[in-house]
Amino acid sequence: MNHFIKCTGIKKAFGLKEVLKGVNLEVEEGKTLVILGGSGSGKSVLLKTIIGLIRPDEGKIYVEGEEVTDYTEKEWFSVRKKISYMFQWGALFDSMTVFDNVAFPLREMRVSESEIEKRVLEKLRILGLIDAGKLFPQDLSGGMKKRVALARSIISEPKCILYDEPTAGLDPITANQINKLIRRMQELLNITSVVVTHDIKSMKYVADRIAFLYDGVINFYGDIIEAQKNGSNVLKEFIMGGEDNGT
Amino acid sequence: MAFEKISSKIEEFGEIVLLGLKTFKYIFTSKPDISQISYQIVLMGNQSLNIVMITGLFVGMVLAIQTAYTLEEFGAKLYIGEVVAVSMTRELGPALISLLVGGRVGAGITAELGTMNVTEQIDALRSMGADPIKKLVSPRVIAFVISLPLLVLIANAMGVIGGYFISALELDVSGKFYMNHVFRMLKFNDVFSGLGKTLFFAIFVTLIACRNGFRAQGGADGVGRATTATVVYSAITILISNFFLTKLFLIL
Repeated sequence: MNHFIKCTGIKKAFGLKEVLKGVNLEVEEGKTLVILGGSGSGKSVLLKTIIGLIRPDEGKIYVEGEEVTDYTEKEWFSVRKKISYMFQWGALFDSMTVFDNVAFPLREMRVSESEIEKRVLEKLRILGLIDAGKLFPQDLSGGMKKRVALARSIISEPKCILYDEPTAGLDPITANQINKLIRRMQELLNITSVVVTHDIKSMKYVADRIAFLYDGVINFYGDIIEAQKNGSNVLKEFIMGGEDNGT
Repeated sequence: MAFEKISSKIEEFGEIVLLGLKTFKYIFTSKPDISQISYQIVLMGNQSLNIVMITGLFVGMVLAIQTAYTLEEFGAKLYIGEVVAVSMTRELGPALISLLVGGRVGAGITAELGTMNVTEQIDALRSMGADPIKKLVSPRVIAFVISLPLLVLIANAMGVIGGYFISALELDVSGKFYMNHVFRMLKFNDVFSGLGKTLFFAIFVTLIACRNGFRAQGGADGVGRATTATVVYSAITILISNFFLTKLFLIL
């Protein structure tokens, strides 16, 4: 079993508040790992730590077997070409059109403009955004912003995508579309995915494995059936609560 | 408590110095982003033009009136041209316009970068392998270093024109006489030292504004506080550095 990403003993505190207290995590290549956890449990911090946007206080991070923990910002750039990050609220650049937002990673890689146009239009078509290329982020609905963010994440054809709450704030139909897209990316392109969410329905649709982050550590790691059978009471309650709420 | 406050200010100063070093490394080693620099020049320079022209004109007019009032006692009213031209180019133009435009531009930069920071756009840049200093800070520093001296030059010219109007219309000093005195007295060094100072002011303001934008946290409230801090720090930095730069340019 190949691990695309491996974290050992990750600790991170902000001031006196310890958010991550020794996280151990492995993400299998070509699989989708869902990190579950309540609000404020440190899921997004963990995701940002994996891609080097936040430096851990302790612990080690490996990407494709290579330790990257102490990489300089410049060295991280090469890692980030392999791993894309889809931000919770899209983090689209306000000053750029949808087309330019999606084209941004390719322009950073010095891809030719003709190739950029071809690839961006293709991705916009796949995500149902073909007429939105000239719009600015402020003209888009929440669902459209997420789809643009998804287009931007996949445009450079990364080996791995990190999704931060991809369905948060979306209506059930749009959330379902996003879930299907995440699954499709993984099946078609064999992309390794890490999805941070507290949306149980989304988790059930996309997860090959789940990791439950509770009190700063991974409280459970396994598949959904194992989680329902052998998971801790907190995890079972978390899953059941989500089902009861219809989330 | 006082020690913590002092150490946090030293830390802030260190961050600005480091940001400056990284920015100049990019400016001197990488290809400039001409389209972004041009866009920033329009934002910073073009859109400040009206306020700069009005300020320059009225400061020149006030200067002429005050000078005439003071010099009249000594029968030296005829030297208004010299006083207005030298005061505007050496001191009033650079300091006043830098304070005014610096506040406007600095607040704009911090608000923009601060909003980008709290909406994770800066993280998005980094996650896509782009350096925020290269993408956001370098073009702004270059644009303001180009814009501010030009704005000050325009303000200086407007100040002299303002003085001309007051001399000709109110003080019975002929326009031709006034302009002759302006050009007779004004030396290259006066203009050079005034504009030279603005290069430093432009760098200081942009770096302070960018640093505060990158550090803004906690939504609209945090961006607001960072923007206010930029206006205050920029003004203080311009006023203090003006003293030392004036001394420096007098030596040169």
